[in-house]
Amino acid sequence: MAKLTIPAQELMYSGHAACPGCAAALAMRLVLKGLGPRTVVSIPACCWTVIATPYPTNALGVSVFDNPIESTGASLSGLRAAADALGYKDFHVVGFAGDGGTADIGLQALSGMLERRTNAIYVMYDNEGYMNTGVQRSGATPQGAWTTTTPVEGTSRGKPEAKKDIMGLVLAHRPTYAATLNPAFPEDFVRKVEKARDLTGSRFLHVFTPCPPGWKYSSEESIKLGRLATDSGIFPLFEAENGKVRITRKGGALKPVDEYIHAQGRFRHFTPEDIQAFQAEVRLAWERLLRLEKESL
Amino acid sequence: MTRLVMSGAYAQSYAALLAKVQVVSAYPITPQTSIVEKLADFVATGKLKAEYIKVESEHSALQVCVSAAGLGARTYTATSSQGLLLMHELLHWASGMRAPIVMGVVNRAVAPPWDIGADHTDTMSQRDTGWVQIYAESNQEVLDTVLQAYRLAEDPMVRLPVMVTEDAFYLSHTVEPVDVPSQELIDRFLPPRDARAVLFPGVASRLGSFTGPDHYVEFRREVARAMDRVPATFAAVEAEYERLTGRSHGGPLSTYRTDDADAVLVTMGTAATTARGVVDDLRAEGRKVGLAKLRMFRPFPTLAVRDLAATVDRLGVMDRSYTFGATGPAATEVAAALYTSPHRPTISGFFAGIGGRDVTPGEVRRMFGALLAGEPTDVRWIDLEEQQELKIHG
Repeated sequence: MAKLTIPAQELMYSGHAACPGCAAALAMRLVLKGLGPRTVVSIPACCWTVIATPYPTNALGVSVFDNPIESTGASLSGLRAAADALGYKDFHVVGFAGDGGTADIGLQALSGMLERRTNAIYVMYDNEGYMNTGVQRSGATPQGAWTTTTPVEGTSRGKPEAKKDIMGLVLAHRPTYAATLNPAFPEDFVRKVEKARDLTGSRFLHVFTPCPPGWKYSSEESIKLGRLATDSGIFPLFEAENGKVRITRKGGALKPVDEYIHAQGRFRHFTPEDIQAFQAEVRLAWERLLRLEKESL
Repeated sequence: MTRLVMSGAYAQSYAALLAKVQVVSAYPITPQTSIVEKLADFVATGKLKAEYIKVESEHSALQVCVSAAGLGARTYTATSSQGLLLMHELLHWASGMRAPIVMGVVNRAVAPPWDIGADHTDTMSQRDTGWVQIYAESNQEVLDTVLQAYRLAEDPMVRLPVMVTEDAFYLSHTVEPVDVPSQELIDRFLPPRDARAVLFPGVASRLGSFTGPDHYVEFRREVARAMDRVPATFAAVEAEYERLTGRSHGGPLSTYRTDDADAVLVTMGTAATTARGVVDDLRAEGRKVGLAKLRMFRPFPTLAVRDLAATVDRLGVMDRSYTFGATGPAATEVAAALYTSPHRPTISGFFAGIGGRDVTPGEVRRMFGALLAGEPTDVRWIDLEEQQELKIHG
């Protein structure tokens, strides 16, 4: 019988305010399982502001610190500075921010934190859009996807631009550790959190978090979509320790993207040509990643 | 105690050193830079044991302080002008989170056009953010006020952020002798920060949170009540500081020769020094004039202004900034403070020293002249009038 590798301790309580099927809720649960209770989580304006539930309740068994949407990176530098000044040991300083709060409006503070080598873990949960405000496009929204600000009507056919290469931006700063995580693969997920936990320096975790209301699919399918995203090469799982890249899941040949695309209402308008173009981009990115794994030092 | 010759910028740095701040964040902007440069020296040479975080923007500079204060650290940062404007969002966070941050602000003009001279538009634009604002007249006052600010900010009855401001160049880059209290004395005056209402490792809690109308109002009311407790707390802090150092800067509204005065001019920051000289000159000429230096703008010292107005018929207020579409912020506040007062003097608003233009004794004389003559109380751009006169009369 396989050994259970995921800690039993729960630091996210039932009664949280996430939507049914929210993968961002799973992401927090697994991150905290990997880190334990001596953790402060700095949360900018994002879904998790609400999921943690309003005053005077709290769905998390750790310290929670709220910060404005664009300054999570700076908040981590401040929290770590205070923890060091006050002599706190074995204390994890963690940011938990959405893709908009990280890759768009929060990119400057993230870059500052990475450049300063702040000893903290920055988690970006990527639901590929501004979901808390009602599904607007972000820099992390995939090309062609419907959102309320990239409608499919008149002259508009979803988001015209490609998804921002967030891991590329992060890796350019040469952090101690950076990895992609997917709650559909919980063992790999927790192993990476624990690895990040045991390292010192700037650590960045890019977490794939399907969003039923934003992506227009049925809430019981989040795990299935997560698995499809990785197995189709859309969200490959890899890690980079001091710049050395290693792909952590290689399941043989990639699945075609069709099943992933057809499962979501946000891609409903895709023609066979759109799917082909999407597939071509995914293949290119995967090949780039394979090359990076081979060449990175 | 040591007497050192230092700039107003260094007076901020020395005060932060004496306060044993634990976290400093720094982003450069003229004319604030020498404050954080000196602090970098103190940290590099081991004089100050602080985490010194070189951030990538002023927004992040204040976020670092807000977050560090949330764990219980004593924090300091400094900025000016555009930097303060960029911090605006975080200013609200600091007061709402009850973070006892002390920040030095070098008052500088706001662009466009670019101008790095003294001007109060930057801090006046932040008057509604829940920060205590104290304007200094001298480098000595800067150093003393920053130390007092920590006691005030960290007082359990207050727990609000404080900005201590000084005029660009007139103070920031002008050196004066400054008495620097001994570390031992300041350690007695300012013990380490008590860690109430902060996050602790391993304790589930939340700082910030979100809420609806059923609790939001209560949170805002708490900030308002804390602000209401500032005058009494500040008076006690000043009294203790005076007992230890022998120095006081005269409360939130410091008056000079106002007894029996027919006209009193209210000024802020360095203009008070010039105005005090003019008061002496006019008194020597037999004119009954006085000066009131408005040190604390938030909370506004309503009671002190009423006390002053009780015996004065003509009050002038000099503003070093202008609220477009209204009038001078200090003049507006003074008028509002006196509306329900039994004795209401006439109030005249004067604008001078905008963008670093010199406030000359001649201009201050012109203000007193207008007050004593009982001239109409319209807004007057005194330094523009002086310029025009120079053009006409050469």
